[in-house]
Amino acid sequence: MSDLPLSGQPPQRDDARPVPFRGGGFKPVRVRYLGAAVIVALILLVEWGTRTGVISNLTLPRPSDVLGTFHDLWVTGMLWEHLIPSVTRLAVGSALGVSTGIAVGVMIGLFSLARAGLVPLVAAIFPIPKIALLPLFVIWFGIDEGSKYALIALGTFTPTVVSTYGAVDNVDRTLIRMGQSFGLGWWSIVRKIVLPGALPGILSGLRIGLSIGIILLVAAEMLGARHGIGAYILEAGSLYDLERLFAGVVILSALGVLTSGVIGWAERRLLSWRI
Amino acid sequence: MDLHLDRISHRYGRVEVLSDISLTIPQGRIVCIVGPSGCGKSTLLRMIGGLERPDQGAVLQQGEVPGDCLNPLTFVFQDFALLPWRTVAGNVALVLEDHALPRAQRERIVADVLARTKLTDFRDALPKQLSGGMKQRVAIARALAVNPAVMLMDEPLSALDAQTRELLMDDLVALWTRAPFTAVYVTHNLAEAVRLGHRIVVLSRRPGRIREVVSIDTPLAERRAGDPALEAHQARLWQLMRDEAEAADMELSHV
Ligand SMILES: Nc1ncnc2c1ncn2[C@@H]1O[C@H](COP(=O)(O)OP(=O)(O)OP(=O)(O)O)[C@@H](O)[C@H]1O
Ligand SMILES: [Mg+2]
Repeated sequence: MSDLPLSGQPPQRDDARPVPFRGGGFKPVRVRYLGAAVIVALILLVEWGTRTGVISNLTLPRPSDVLGTFHDLWVTGMLWEHLIPSVTRLAVGSALGVSTGIAVGVMIGLFSLARAGLVPLVAAIFPIPKIALLPLFVIWFGIDEGSKYALIALGTFTPTVVSTYGAVDNVDRTLIRMGQSFGLGWWSIVRKIVLPGALPGILSGLRIGLSIGIILLVAAEMLGARHGIGAYILEAGSLYDLERLFAGVVILSALGVLTSGVIGWAERRLLSWRI
Repeated sequence: MDLHLDRISHRYGRVEVLSDISLTIPQGRIVCIVGPSGCGKSTLLRMIGGLERPDQGAVLQQGEVPGDCLNPLTFVFQDFALLPWRTVAGNVALVLEDHALPRAQRERIVADVLARTKLTDFRDALPKQLSGGMKQRVAIARALAVNPAVMLMDEPLSALDAQTRELLMDDLVALWTRAPFTAVYVTHNLAEAVRLGHRIVVLSRRPGRIREVVSIDTPLAERRAGDPALEAHQARLWQLMRDEAEAADMELSHV
């Protein structure tokens, strides 16, 4: 009928060219070590700059000096003296805030009454700079650990509530209908369908919540604590001791990277069912 | 157990969806419901399954529910409704967990329904690893696990390609032949209706009323593609549906 090649023969004419590929991107892949490489490159740049004098010693401390300060912190045992109280405050405060936040968020997601009653309240609390409430918390919970726990708890509570009820709202309704149609109990539906379905949203809310927790931790420690990273940084700052100031800042960054890494690990473990 | 729909009418706001539907679903038979899009088939099915209340009329069940039946009215959904975080076996086990069954019996039921739906080799796979046809087989296995008195299927094969649909229809026929179950089967596909239905209920355009009930006496196992009697039924159903669809079009153009 015609002489069109029907089998897989490539055409003989020489103006044939491949169809341009347009399907790339928009799909995160895991690239290892690049994040670390960017940080290391920046540090090396600053080291080079301070050594050659391009960057004056008053603007930025030399990274190797900051490292030396770390070494001192380590050998004198001061590192643990500051780090342990800070980590404890962060852990206790955010555990309180996150657990009540998830509970309240799930209630708001499930009960119309809770939603109508609590959503405006949460919206009212969310934008308050929590650090402004510290004096109040000192009166309520005492100058010691209590007020710091309360501050961090409140700070992590609000973002957790908001992301949790958003996540519960987004759980696939057909799955809930399915549970009801098989006669599953209310508690079973919440535990086996609603909570796992909301977990991705809850975990990404946790990232924001814990970062806010770290910010508040430092703020609280700056306002009244003898030990803790915040107190350490404040003291270094008032003495213009840039090396120690930066050592403190590096510890905070490490804390941030660590929490984000833990959440990433939890996501990979718990959400491997996602497409 | 037989089901009787007694003069069911329903409206959503000002839209009348169903009007005066009376129908009997006899035990051990598959009743197919066909009708133009939007005529209220899914709504009717949700009412039969107790997920929604009709404005008027009632759905009545008559006769004993078998003793080992865990969930008399059981749905199979068009979009499968599998929990993506549970394995195949976990999805089936989900619907048994709220019943006080000995662990061994629970495991026996899961193994049995997975074998009946040919999924034994995939018991530890997650839904994301399965093809559409396999996902629907999991959903069917889950429905069989509670040993339903009536299966309520809303376009269970619509999300699948034609070949998979054929295979699954064969599977359904085989399952029914081994152990006849009662089912209400909503579909758009007339070939499915004449293949699986003992009775085919044709609904009119919205508001849905019963336009006609067609009975097909050929046993399910003997129905073959290309059977002239079936083709005649299908042609007749198609004529009815066409009239409704055309009338619906005319109505729209007069608005
Ligand atoms: N919850 C609801 N609220 C308001 N209107 C609804 C609701 N559910 C369905 N409807 C309307 O009722 C009518 C019937 O819907 P239904 O889903 O039962 O139709 P259907 O016959 O299953 O359609 P299809 O063949 O497209 O699946 C439609 O017009 C739909 O828009
Ligand atoms: Mg429908």
